[in-house]
Amino acid sequence: MSNRTHSDTEVSRGDRTVLELDGVSKSYGDERVVEDLDLAVREGELLTLLGPSGCGKTTTLRLIAGLETPDSGEIRLRGDPVAGSGRFVAPERRDVGIVFQEFALFPHKTAAENVAFGLHELPADERDQRVDELLDLVGLTGHRDSYPDELSGGQQQRVALARSLAPEPQLLLLDEPFSNLDVDLRVEMREEVRSILKAAGVTAVSVTHDQEEAMSISDRVAVINDGRVEQVGRPERVFQHPESRFVASFLGHASFVSGVIRGDYVDTGLGKVPVERVHGLTDVYDGAEVDLLVRPDDVSVAAVPDIRANGDVVHRRFLGPNVFYRVELDSGDVVGCTHNHEHEVPRDEPVRVELDADHELSWFPQGMQAVPEDGRLDGRDAPSDDDESVGAPADGTDGSPPDLTD
Amino acid sequence: MDTETAPTTDHVSDERTLPSWGLVVLAGVVSVVVLSPLAWMVYAGLRVVGAGGAGAILLRPRTLRIVLNSLVLTASVTAASILIGVPLAYLTVRTDLPFRRLFTVALAMPLVIPSYIGAFAFASAFAPRGEVQSLLAPLGVESIPGIYGLGGAVLVITLYTYPYVFITTRAALKSLDTTLVEAARTLRHTRLQAFRRVTLPQIRPAVTAGALLVALYALSDFGTPAILRYDVFTRAIYVEFNSFGRDTAALLSVVLVLVTVAILAVERRSSGGERVSSTRGHTGSDARVRLGRWRWVAVVPCLLVAGLALVVPLAVLGLWLVRTSGAASLRFGLEHVLNSVGVAAGAAVVAALVALPVAHLSARDGGTLPTVFERASYVGYAVPGIVVGIALVFLGSQTPLVNSLYGSAALAFPLLLFAYVVRFLPQAVGSTRASILRVSPALPEAARSLGRSPLGAFRSVTLPLIAPGQIGGAALVFLTTMKELPATLMLRPAGFETLVTFVWRAERSAAYGSAAVPALTLLAVSAVSMLVILSMEGYHVE
Repeated sequence: MSNRTHSDTEVSRGDRTVLELDGVSKSYGDERVVEDLDLAVREGELLTLLGPSGCGKTTTLRLIAGLETPDSGEIRLRGDPVAGSGRFVAPERRDVGIVFQEFALFPHKTAAENVAFGLHELPADERDQRVDELLDLVGLTGHRDSYPDELSGGQQQRVALARSLAPEPQLLLLDEPFSNLDVDLRVEMREEVRSILKAAGVTAVSVTHDQEEAMSISDRVAVINDGRVEQVGRPERVFQHPESRFVASFLGHASFVSGVIRGDYVDTGLGKVPVERVHGLTDVYDGAEVDLLVRPDDVSVAAVPDIRANGDVVHRRFLGPNVFYRVELDSGDVVGCTHNHEHEVPRDEPVRVELDADHELSWFPQGMQAVPEDGRLDGRDAPSDDDESVGAPADGTDGSPPDLTD
Repeated sequence: MDTETAPTTDHVSDERTLPSWGLVVLAGVVSVVVLSPLAWMVYAGLRVVGAGGAGAILLRPRTLRIVLNSLVLTASVTAASILIGVPLAYLTVRTDLPFRRLFTVALAMPLVIPSYIGAFAFASAFAPRGEVQSLLAPLGVESIPGIYGLGGAVLVITLYTYPYVFITTRAALKSLDTTLVEAARTLRHTRLQAFRRVTLPQIRPAVTAGALLVALYALSDFGTPAILRYDVFTRAIYVEFNSFGRDTAALLSVVLVLVTVAILAVERRSSGGERVSSTRGHTGSDARVRLGRWRWVAVVPCLLVAGLALVVPLAVLGLWLVRTSGAASLRFGLEHVLNSVGVAAGAAVVAALVALPVAHLSARDGGTLPTVFERASYVGYAVPGIVVGIALVFLGSQTPLVNSLYGSAALAFPLLLFAYVVRFLPQAVGSTRASILRVSPALPEAARSLGRSPLGAFRSVTLPLIAPGQIGGAALVFLTTMKELPATLMLRPAGFETLVTFVWRAERSAAYGSAAVPALTLLAVSAVSMLVILSMEGYHVE
């Protein structure tokens, strides 16, 4: 696969766009599942569509594969429209492979026959050779004659991967590829699948609702909400500098600490935070009210005498390696923080929460959903001003704080 | 199919929607054709009404008696089947009844025996001066309860239809998640309360489905009431038809169809809005109810039902076989078997092929139109065979072209096959549809993403996977066609005798001895096709 030839003029890898979605929408009945979605996928990268269930990510994948028809917008593969503008290319003519959520192995065919299925146009000897190559790539040479029901979940997934890679698709789609596996196997297969995809050199789009999975396998992540792309970027970038509260909350526990910019610092319930520690914030915004994004590992908590305290522990959850606390600050904001369990902090005790993040913090204007990349207040999209509720601490996904500490 | 061009994104086509439309048209044609006899029947009936004779016919005391008789028979048989079928199903699935597997098979077996053969055997065994009385006479027994009339008809039809309830209830009990019952027990319910409040609501749809089949069968049964001399719709229609009262026959047929529709409506109302757990049950042996000392008592009803339904007809037929006092005019030969197998196989093949577009469309494309087509294909199943027979005879006699050919084998065979397909298509549709539903839609999608056309994906992936279901459905059509009596009687070409018509003629001319061999042959062929059905559907007796 890595030596696949392109008759076209050679363009440097990473710049060429394989797939483009341009204003794609799809409704089922009255329900708008995908709305005006734009996306571009570059040659050789693994991009993950990440979003909560029902956000339209699987539908997006099916639209790309040609298993659904978009209501409007255009889908282009290497610049050629395959859907939209009155054109529709059937799935079998798109040269797009899919690994289905439940693997969809043909139960009446052996592993080798499954892998050979898409190679029906090749002469028999080339086909056999290619099947051997792929079974070797996924490490299943010994199981070529096993039927799907004789294979374990991980092996089935490898066969599904080999099958979809066999015809050398220009694009590979993976629909929640790990959700059908046991938890232990899932982590192991992530590494495995990523290295197989990289070895094959294939451009791939995967779909998941598991942010840890998205972070660990992807070159880039596209966070989807309500049928739209909220943010696209490298996993680290999206995690550290979310452009919306939704992205911030979906990628892990997020607390929002309100503050007012006074000169060269932000006055918050956690004390004075210098503006240079906040990403893209300068003292020109003097007087503006903002919310700072605080991750549980950005703060430390310690029991202190009453006078030095700035909050009370209102909730404590033991998580094994560490403890998650929720502290109500004197300013009224609630901050979540994880802590090594050796430093026991009793509940209902006065505590001091201190910011000890070693990276720049992100900020959001109060009462506004999004902040642009360059951080200019005046350049913002028209804010949905009456939407005051988002200014309150969004305590959305406090499910798994330990996942975030890395 | 998938050769000429290498996949290119330039190739634009609307082939994704094309086959789907082809399928819709195909399924639509099938439903219209299948519905046509019934439409014709209604038309013929309305013409009688238009001519003004309807009131007189409908208000005759005899007509009213027939309606009442049919309703009483149907209701009694349905109630009796539930009373027998549900407890037996519970005993064989959920308790430690001895010889469970044996009883499961034995209690389902009566389905193989056509009820008119049962009626025939019961009549000769229990009639005044029948076999049983001649056995008991030396003991001073002067008379035994009569077999003729309502009581006998209810007994016989119930014995050969309760397996519908038995089988559907068993299936529901087996898939019932026993942890639900356990949850109820931990919530302070006795076993009986748990059964009533948890098990019963879960199995009710299955019981209702089985009971519906029983009711439709009882209402449309032709042979049994005729043999046991109980005046119902089917018998009256047949008598009128044979004595040139065709208007009356048509009108009665329409009324019979209306009663059928009423029964379907009742079933629909009672089975609406059910919430049934879809989780797979795990019925371990430890989850079985221990009957304790009642274990052997529970064997008695099982033995009684299986004994009555299976042993009586087999014993009677065996007795006749030994006596061999066949009438000279009735010579039974191999051609009767071949005729039966031939038409049944033909009907099975046609039904399996015709079912495919209807089933595929409704399984994959749950829209309004596919559902309408699927339901339309079921209408023939609910319509009694005698009505389908009459409708086709009318259709034949009133269409000039068809009329000129009427009575000739060239027309009669296609007409006969058509009647069978109209009647039994749903069995093929149901079985095919179920097997298509078991194939994940991702499989043909995967095939398409690997470069197969829609038809190519169907051929290489879907078809091999649904083949067992299709063969099972075809075998079911074969089995029921073999046993079909009224439409065969009415539509067969002159001189064409099958096993069934032969048995019927023998019974009519009281030449019981001549009926033994064909009846036993019919049972044997039926039993074999039953085995095919069970093995194709992977049904494990447990």
